[in-house]
Amino acid sequence: MRLGCPICGERDRREFYYQGAALPRPEGEVWAPEWDDYIHNRDNLPGATRDLWQHEQGCGAWLIVTRNTVTHEVLGVALATEAGA
Amino acid sequence: MRLEGKGLIDRARPVSFHFDGRRYEGFAGDTLASALLANGVRMVARSFKYHRPRGVMTAGSEEPNALVTVGRGAAQEPNLRATTVEVHEGLWAQSQNRWPTLGLDLLAVNDVFAPFLGAGFYYKTFMWPRAFWERVYEPLIRRAAGLGALSGDACEDSYERAHAHCDVLVIGAGPAGLMAARAAAEAGADVILAEEDTRLGGRLLAETEEVDGLAGVDWVDEIAAELAAMPNVRIMTRTAVTGVYDGGTYGALERLAPDIAARGHAPKGCFWRIVARRTVLAAGALERAIAFPNNDRPGVMMAGAVRAYVNRWGAAPGQSTVVFGNNDSAHRTVADLQAAGVHVAALVDARPYARCDLDVPFYPGAQVCGTGGRRGLEAVTLATTKGEDRIAADCLAVSGGWNPTVHLACHMGARPTWDAARQAFLPPADAVPGMRVAGAAAGAFSTLACLESGLNEGAAAAVDLGFRAPDMAAPSAGKATYDIFPLWQVPGRGRAWLDFQNDVTVKDVVQAATENFRSVEHMKRYTTQGMAPDQGKNSNVAALAVLAEASGQGIAETGTTTFRPPYVPVPIAAMGAGGKGKGFAPERRTTSHAESIARGAPMIEAGLWYRPSYFPQKAETHWRQSCDREVAMVRGSVGICDVSTLGKIDVQGPDAARFLDFVYTNMFSTLKVGRVRYGLMLREDGHVMDDGTCARLGESHFILTTTTAAAGQVMRHLEFVAQVLRPEWDVRIVSVTEQWAQFAVAGPQARMLLNGMLDAPIDDAGFPYMACGAVGLGGVAARLFRISFSGEHAYEIAVPARYGAALFGALVKRAEDMGGGAYGLEALNVLRIEKGFITHAEIHGRVTAYDIGMQGMMSAKKDFVGKAAATRPGLMDPERERMVGLKPVGAVKELLAGAHIFDEHAEAVSDNDQGYVTSACYSPTLGHVIGIGFLRRGPERMGERVRVVDHLRKSETVCEVTPLVAFDPEGGRLRG
Repeated sequence: MRLGCPICGERDRREFYYQGAALPRPEGEVWAPEWDDYIHNRDNLPGATRDLWQHEQGCGAWLIVTRNTVTHEVLGVALATEAGA
Repeated sequence: MRLEGKGLIDRARPVSFHFDGRRYEGFAGDTLASALLANGVRMVARSFKYHRPRGVMTAGSEEPNALVTVGRGAAQEPNLRATTVEVHEGLWAQSQNRWPTLGLDLLAVNDVFAPFLGAGFYYKTFMWPRAFWERVYEPLIRRAAGLGALSGDACEDSYERAHAHCDVLVIGAGPAGLMAARAAAEAGADVILAEEDTRLGGRLLAETEEVDGLAGVDWVDEIAAELAAMPNVRIMTRTAVTGVYDGGTYGALERLAPDIAARGHAPKGCFWRIVARRTVLAAGALERAIAFPNNDRPGVMMAGAVRAYVNRWGAAPGQSTVVFGNNDSAHRTVADLQAAGVHVAALVDARPYARCDLDVPFYPGAQVCGTGGRRGLEAVTLATTKGEDRIAADCLAVSGGWNPTVHLACHMGARPTWDAARQAFLPPADAVPGMRVAGAAAGAFSTLACLESGLNEGAAAAVDLGFRAPDMAAPSAGKATYDIFPLWQVPGRGRAWLDFQNDVTVKDVVQAATENFRSVEHMKRYTTQGMAPDQGKNSNVAALAVLAEASGQGIAETGTTTFRPPYVPVPIAAMGAGGKGKGFAPERRTTSHAESIARGAPMIEAGLWYRPSYFPQKAETHWRQSCDREVAMVRGSVGICDVSTLGKIDVQGPDAARFLDFVYTNMFSTLKVGRVRYGLMLREDGHVMDDGTCARLGESHFILTTTTAAAGQVMRHLEFVAQVLRPEWDVRIVSVTEQWAQFAVAGPQARMLLNGMLDAPIDDAGFPYMACGAVGLGGVAARLFRISFSGEHAYEIAVPARYGAALFGALVKRAEDMGGGAYGLEALNVLRIEKGFITHAEIHGRVTAYDIGMQGMMSAKKDFVGKAAATRPGLMDPERERMVGLKPVGAVKELLAGAHIFDEHAEAVSDNDQGYVTSACYSPTLGHVIGIGFLRRGPERMGERVRVVDHLRKSETVCEVTPLVAFDPEGGRLRG
């Protein structure tokens, strides 16, 4: 598998750290059901996913990778600083 | 028998080799299989289950029978296919799966019991008693079954691994692959041409075809020379592409030529990861067998293989050959044998309508229904329209048709599609992004069609990438049509083999269907068909055709099993190349490494770092003696310890302070410049991630430390927060762990020691507990932090790493002059346990701030990562296992980390589990063993006696629950 880092170019997946689903973090300091959705609950549907990866062995940039889990096609890679989680 | 004047072997270079201890002669260019056949050796192996005599069946990597062990001693390599082992001087090969010898194999008795050993035999037989499964049955079955063996000794042979990139990867260098590579290269693409054979040409090396008016072999030489001369073409022979992965990544195993491999220290091969923008799969096709009774005797071979041995290696597999087939491959074989002067006793063509213009006894519409012979084929029985005929023959060439080599096209999960006209599975369209399939792999079965298809696909691959289509035409060549009459099995008395490598017969597959294992995946697992090292390359299609018939479905509906990498076996040593010994993991060394070694310190791994355990002095024979002395030294005078392995992260920017407020539970924006604060970080799920100190060097400049173990994780986390959660904040983060060497100077005389070295002395007022600042050290700009992991009056001094070795030496020497010295990780650990300071033994990922008694550090005045989750009721439940000190008070004065805690009089079973011990040591300061553990309602149970049991190490002790801080609980020594 290869990912196109917007800063470094296309690289082997071994250079990247995989975090998980890219979701907006609920604001607020009190536990609420949306925190469960942020931290734990995943529908795990086949098809397009939007995940957080870090180019840890490269530039260190956190990336939003959209990918189809059925075809394994990488649909897009964007900097998290620009795309937002 | 060697045929004079035939073949592509180098007769000027004879080589001798050994098989089963006997010396034979061959020629450069021979494989072990061709050389053995040339020497008249027909029986080369015993089969997997029934120990039947077996001979060479194919001429390629799909060989199911002729598995041999090559080499001797530690380096012996089992299960190599004799058809791909290159003969070279000194080659030492042995047959496998026989005892005591290939000729007299005592386990051949299995063949007599074969009626009882069919599919499912083991499942049904070895059921009772249950206790026998592991102790009796499994060792018994494992000894009886199986292939070759490893030596069991560490092998000195090495492999390499490498990466390659190209525009177009062409897999296979037969007529289609050669044309594809030529076309893509002509268009201007960077091309890698990978061929698993030792030379280019594919089937053209094995046939008597003409291309472009030249002998096929001469045409190959011509185009190979053209390709070799092109700077944008890389030819990789002996390189089998083994797997297809996402993003145009391909795995490939390259073997070195024997003469190169024989050089000192040369690797055996190389595992390649090839990244290709486009791929042309030109892997050809594999001929398949026909299942007729006793079709496994040595001498029964694939017709295409017989032609290969005659034409390429000048080796006749027999003196008198019967040819049997259901397509024109059979006729071609007769013609080639006759041209080479080898007697053909009969041509048996299953097609009733077939005609023959060759001068040979011809049996249209007939089938081979049996064979005879003891250790090799002696006679063939035919079922003709007029009855049975028996013909003497020592070789039977069989062709059941051709299976396109679709494997790599299916590695991404696609299934091939059944083509009734060709009676073959064809590669699915667009199964692998960027891959095109050409030649016989795509079902093009004539030479001309292969050349044209290769040209088209190679050019199209280049055009896809924006190159201009090359101006080329395909050369002229034979365009014979492919006519096939479906024939999978011939009924008759006796077992008919489908999977030769795993000894699976027609009867087994039919039995699977009868017992309702009708899905092809179930049949595979029930019978083991296709599960041997060859993965059923020449048996899968026939087996599922038999299954289809037995279960009343069509072949298309029955389908194939899943194709998975690797296409050919890959040694683990090749995939893990470089991962042995020092290559297993990088070693990180501190600047004091050499000095520590010189002082005799045993080094211990801490993550990838190497740290000194202790510094033994004369007369000390046990680590405890050194450790106890070092602890006393720190408590009594002064000790020096390299703490550079802790993560150091530099945080700068206008928003640095609010950033730290957000990642730590406690407040940092209120920290004054020149001060240090202890900080705790949580994960977003409310559990503790890490702890450490954070120093404010300037208004917008902080340096924080992490534990050695979590340095990478914390760095990643901080980047995550900065880039993903708070991208609008202006803050920059960089790891400076390796840029700074940092040493703890700990003990009552720490300041006195430093003042002898610093450019300007310090005092308590100017440099109180938790102060930090820039200092000079012989003109070197250093950083000083008054922090303590020992509970003593202590400092950590940091210098640029290039001064680390010198500073460590100077510090230790000065400490020794003052009655102190260096201390290692063991003493560091004892010092912190005495003080109840935590490490990742305690914050192991499942504990909360509440569990470690630090709930007070969770600021109510601000938001921080993990705050919402950490305040969930379940994470603040008093019933949780919470951190306490432990002290043995019973007869046994031992405490082991990992032991579990129970009520004093409760049975030590998991239902009664109350907690566990995380750290334990002997405290020389207190004169007894102490520990840290997590205990349900721990802090509420001070003074209670508990039972501590380590079931694994058979240790049991009674402990008293004590306050966490065992030494100097008021912390007066810190501030001295």
